[in-house]
Amino acid sequence: MMNESLKQHLIECLKHNVRHDGRKLDEFRPITVEYNISRSAEGSARVKVGNTEVLAGIKLTVEKPYPDTPDHGSLMVGVELLPLSSPAFESGPPSIDAIEIARVVDRGIREAKAIDTKKLCITYGEKIWTVCIDICTINDDGNLLDAAGLASLAALQDACFPYYDGTQLDYKKKTDVKLPVLKLPLQVTVYKIGDKLLVDPLSEEEFVYDARLTVTTTPDGTICALQKGGEKQLSLQEIEQMITMGTEKGHELRKYLKDAGN
Amino acid sequence: MTYTKRFDGRKAFDEIRPISAKAGVIPRAHGSAVFTIGKTVAYAAVYGPRELHPKFLQNPKTGILRCHYNMMPFSGSGERVKPGPSRRSREISLVTEKALQPVVDLSQFPNAVVDVFIEFPQTDAGSRCAGICAASIALADAGIPMTDLVAAVSVGIVDDKVLVDLNYDEEAYEEGPVADIPVAILPSTGEFSLLQMDGEISKENLLKALKMGQKAVAQINSVQKQALKEKYAGQEADVADSNTSGGEYHDE
Repeated sequence: MMNESLKQHLIECLKHNVRHDGRKLDEFRPITVEYNISRSAEGSARVKVGNTEVLAGIKLTVEKPYPDTPDHGSLMVGVELLPLSSPAFESGPPSIDAIEIARVVDRGIREAKAIDTKKLCITYGEKIWTVCIDICTINDDGNLLDAAGLASLAALQDACFPYYDGTQLDYKKKTDVKLPVLKLPLQVTVYKIGDKLLVDPLSEEEFVYDARLTVTTTPDGTICALQKGGEKQLSLQEIEQMITMGTEKGHELRKYLKDAGN
Repeated sequence: MTYTKRFDGRKAFDEIRPISAKAGVIPRAHGSAVFTIGKTVAYAAVYGPRELHPKFLQNPKTGILRCHYNMMPFSGSGERVKPGPSRRSREISLVTEKALQPVVDLSQFPNAVVDVFIEFPQTDAGSRCAGICAASIALADAGIPMTDLVAAVSVGIVDDKVLVDLNYDEEAYEEGPVADIPVAILPSTGEFSLLQMDGEISKENLLKALKMGQKAVAQINSVQKQALKEKYAGQEADVADSNTSGGEYHDE
């Protein structure tokens, strides 16, 4: 847990628009995106936001479609808050925090129709591709939520189908056929501490926030997913400001991805 | 048919794949490292000494070492690896603990635990050995009192050849007998702290393989030491300080 005086100190400083590491309220830490960091995966990426580091990897499998979508592939997102990455994380089944991140990332990609799931159908009602995105944390220094979102998109961009002859999957033979990614829905979480709004919190700031809103937007500015979190409530005016900030920052983050025109 | 040329183009049967190591790669951890051998990449993070829960596991005479081996879901050579512990990962965690135990002295930390988390973003055989190599650097990086580093590699036979550091294709060789023998060695004495085997091998070949392992770990050990030197170069004074105080207790 965090000591009370540091908490008060952070809040006092924020009243004067000063953050713990000297950043502006709407400023992200330096971001790097590295593609193809795991040869075992069909697609993968490493994202660093300041000292926060996450890996995302994609495995593709051939499965039977769900009865209600016989001609669509499916998507699965998992998040592992590895105990390797923070003294606060423990071994065991996914914590509620891990589940929330996975579901928020999943929702953004799914609702924006970022993947052309029709192209993931192999045989109507029989065989489809399932896209499994797994996000693993290497170092937690705050804002795993947005780092996970960015890493997932980069891994999707990086993914190629493995060789499939109609009956047998050969993971050792990768084709050069890319996963059909249609657009890049960027996820940005805006935090409210006192009466200030800010992005990309440090671990310390994550301990003291009152409310947060994750805003996922497509390149044309359409909002495709939202998630409100935190103990306190938000006014309509605050929500409007957060969405504006989230959308702007989303456009900015999109530039870290290759072929960012999508 | 005999196995004459190594699948991945290595020139000799006593040649290990390219290796590299870096210490201090995970800022939140008390000690950390990444160790790469061929296409197998192992991260290790050390947390502790810290309070051990549940309490009944505490030992009033000494701290305990606890290792956790885990493959990331996308790190297998085939299908997605289901997250969470499996019988395989739990056994490897156990033998990893035993491999590191002989060099780690936790007697100054009664009732405490030192946790070592080992994770793999990609694997191509030899993961438990790579994990032990990374863990040993991470423990040293965390300032845990140690009498040696531990270096590990697999040895074995493929068909009629005794060799070191089998990759996945060699483990899966089908034209003749294969034995896969992961070993961990204390480089300063040549003693073994991990020894497992599956496959078939004669006593003569086994001894030959183990000797080959002793030679190979010298090379691994120098890369481990280099990784620590690179992190602490220019910090000699700090290292001397922490040696005299004998490590610190992390309370979180």
